[in-house]
Amino acid sequence: MTKPRVATVWLDGCSGCHMSLIDLDERLLDIFERADLVYGPLVDFKEFPKNVDVCLVEGAVSSEDDLHKIKLVRERTKTIIAFGDCAVTSNVPGMRNPIGVPPLLDRAYIENATINPQIPSRVVPKLLPTARPVHTVVHVDIFLPGCPPSADLIYNLLDDLLAGRVPDVTGARFGR
Amino acid sequence: MSEMPAAARPTHRRATIETADGQPRASAYVCEAASCMSAQSHDITLRLGERIAALGMTDVNIKRVGCLGLCAAGPLVEIAETAELFERVKPDDVEAIVKALKKVKPTDTRRPQGPFFEKQLRVVTENMGRIDPESLEDYVGRGGYEALKRVLSDMTSTEVRDVITRSGLRGRGGAGYPVGLKWTTVAKAEGTQKYVVCNADEGDPGAFMDRSVLESDPFRVLEGMTIAAFAVHANEGYIYCRAEYPLAVSRLRTAIRLAQRAGFLGSGIADTNFNFDVQIRLGAGAFVCGEETALIASIEGRRGTPRPRPPYPAVQGLWDRPTLLNNVESYANVPTILNKGAEWYSEFGIGKSKGTKVFALAGRIVNTGLIEVPMGTTLREIVFDIGGGIIDGRPFKAVQTGGPSGGCIPAQFLDMPVSYESLIEVGSFMGSGGLIVMDDTSCMVDVAKYFMDFCRDESCGKCVPCRVGTTELYMILDLISRGEATLDDLAQLERLAGIIQKTSLCGLGQGAPNPIFSTLRYFRDEYMAHIVDKTCPAGVCTITAPEVMA
Amino acid sequence: MSTVFTFRIDGKDVAGSEGQTVMEVAEENGIDIPGLCHLEGIHDRGACRLCMVEIAGSPKLAAACVTKITEGMDVTAHSEKLQEYRRTVTEMLFVERNHVCAVCVANDHCELQDLAADLELTHFDLPLISPKLDIDASHRLFAIDHNRCILCLRCVRVCDEIEGAHTWDVMHRGLETRVQTDMGIPWGESTTCTSCGKCVQVCPTGALFEKGRAVASGSKHQRPFLPWLKTVEEERGR
Repeated sequence: MTKPRVATVWLDGCSGCHMSLIDLDERLLDIFERADLVYGPLVDFKEFPKNVDVCLVEGAVSSEDDLHKIKLVRERTKTIIAFGDCAVTSNVPGMRNPIGVPPLLDRAYIENATINPQIPSRVVPKLLPTARPVHTVVHVDIFLPGCPPSADLIYNLLDDLLAGRVPDVTGARFGR
Repeated sequence: MSEMPAAARPTHRRATIETADGQPRASAYVCEAASCMSAQSHDITLRLGERIAALGMTDVNIKRVGCLGLCAAGPLVEIAETAELFERVKPDDVEAIVKALKKVKPTDTRRPQGPFFEKQLRVVTENMGRIDPESLEDYVGRGGYEALKRVLSDMTSTEVRDVITRSGLRGRGGAGYPVGLKWTTVAKAEGTQKYVVCNADEGDPGAFMDRSVLESDPFRVLEGMTIAAFAVHANEGYIYCRAEYPLAVSRLRTAIRLAQRAGFLGSGIADTNFNFDVQIRLGAGAFVCGEETALIASIEGRRGTPRPRPPYPAVQGLWDRPTLLNNVESYANVPTILNKGAEWYSEFGIGKSKGTKVFALAGRIVNTGLIEVPMGTTLREIVFDIGGGIIDGRPFKAVQTGGPSGGCIPAQFLDMPVSYESLIEVGSFMGSGGLIVMDDTSCMVDVAKYFMDFCRDESCGKCVPCRVGTTELYMILDLISRGEATLDDLAQLERLAGIIQKTSLCGLGQGAPNPIFSTLRYFRDEYMAHIVDKTCPAGVCTITAPEVMA
Repeated sequence: MSTVFTFRIDGKDVAGSEGQTVMEVAEENGIDIPGLCHLEGIHDRGACRLCMVEIAGSPKLAAACVTKITEGMDVTAHSEKLQEYRRTVTEMLFVERNHVCAVCVANDHCELQDLAADLELTHFDLPLISPKLDIDASHRLFAIDHNRCILCLRCVRVCDEIEGAHTWDVMHRGLETRVQTDMGIPWGESTTCTSCGKCVQVCPTGALFEKGRAVASGSKHQRPFLPWLKTVEEERGR
């Protein structure tokens, strides 16, 4: 019997949620005893694989690249977890939403630039008009708010899922 | 009119041109209510005056009157003796009117003028188009202030309240609370200082009943309020009128001055020891101030926001004193009920809805205008017989009643007699009497969106469900109208609408979801067309989502 | 001597004096009815609609903070349905403005954040409104971030009813409603503000805060201080 395939994805976020995942410490061994980590910033696979069972998605959907990624993730994943406040509410990345993209780029790349002010147009992906919570783009199965969600919450969630229980996210809250 | 003091007369116009000594042989009644006035009807009055003066017709009067009802065909001029109606009168038509005036014989009697007028029953509007709204003489000449005089000389306050209670009159502002019961509550409430307030903050889109009453027969409202004040032991009154009704306000001001001068307002009314006076307060353009507690806050000079009830204004209203609050049409019914009796009044109507109701016909209907019919008249009679049917003969789709808290009633209920109860049964609401007719060129999603836009704009912002919820509903409706919504969004719309209805503080928020409920109830297929097929069947909405391939 | 009424809240027999509200008696009996505009010590306005309860025999819900108790009334303060309503109203407050707990001075000391956790509100299904809002930091000691204001108007009431300054009031309507200082001038230019800081202390979120505080360090007085202030005032008056 093959082990469940777990992936993690890092969209527009600070990677704090992934840090919190690493904070599972020795419990990581327990989790990945029972599951395979098949994709994510913590492992070196270039393309999001097929037939993923669980994917933790950190970050808001902010750019065309994010949009492309999350759609692919949705196609290839059974259970998507919006992992942390940015994925759940758009949080800090969403603070730009009332401002709009052009003024935002002007402030970042023109007004505050000391040399060679120009808005980058190559290599970096184009921003979407707003940074969006993941579930407003694709269907999300489980929400785990928190900035970041504590290691305990992440462990309990994965433990429940791997044991085939309905995950209990009691204690999860925005912020903190 | 000639006795009217100069100060009370609008300086730029002279309303009634009297050339006849005593009873004129013929009279032309020119409608000078807001609708005809905006079509330059006052110029017609002047032109007619000039012509008959030039022709030396000394037995003819030209009279400014209030609303003649058939607003769609304004400016209107009526030959009073023959009831001949001139529609869409232009300055050049003056000659034809003069010709008709010449032909009037003393033996002429008013003749019926087709279904628009025949099917109506005029109680509130009995003087409309018959009297000069700024002439107390005219009002008294048609029986005005008889009721007040008899009340003050022959009746006790209990007897007056009893007549109103037995008449079955219910609040004409929308909710239909029994007027007699409200009067009794105020009369019996503790306190020596009590107030009578008239709600003239008519704000429903497409509604102009109260405006027309005030513009056409302001004394009637004052008389009704004065009788109410006697019945509930109040000595001060306020009329809260929206500032968007300048003509109504100006005529009310004139009427109040004339009534005070003639002893029908002020101290010692009609030579009795009863005192009552009325002041006008102007609204500043907030729909929510039609809600009674917000209206009271606004009169008190505070921010016009509602407060939770109880305590009800009848017990704790204006400046925390017992306050009687009725709308224009409710007060306007009072003099007639006292003149003709409770039994006479309660014979009209159906079930628990007695008497008549004034409706403002608007939308895709031939005879846009003001009508008054007995309760229990069917929608078909209103829309097709009186209203003349749909413009260009297009198919009838729905009629919207009750303003932004109301609903859309589809064709299957055209034969339903109109009453407070029947309207609620079909998911709408009597409201103040606006009646907007729609044909197949109206998209019901768009209609719901229109009303939600109205509610979100008019929300006072006090309670969360209304302040935020109406905008959320609007955003979802906008998604649907653009063809970008999913069935999940529709489910969310319905769920949210239910919560807003249950949890909002006042009638504005509680009623805001009604247009959604009623359009979903009867026109769900149109919602589905937008969501599933990405099309707007009426061709109103701009679909931005990519078309689905069949 | 006032009359004592006995009645039930969530099936529990409770007693209160005539004139008390359902909310007050619930608090005395350890029954938690949420409310963000309610605050002991200032008058209630029944605006946030979080304390809506069912009263047997009435078709309409009632706001517990402004509903006077009556003999024998049967109040349901907690049910599936009521909790769903509360969760949605809370969600509305979150989507109305820009609440970013992660960077908020009130993180971990916020009544709105606590409420979301209590009601197990894990995400927002309602569309975000994301309005562009101002921050007024013109006052020497305090600042207001309208992004975080939920319009409970505790600041307006405490300033008027307790401090007596009436610096705070409300302007505009609907979604455009804002609290304002004096007649809409910057807080720092207010001639009526006494800089007492009561508004900051009663603010349930991080909208009003002391300057110089870092994220999550804006803790407020944990014990209700208004009733105490009122007692002091009454004692002085005597």
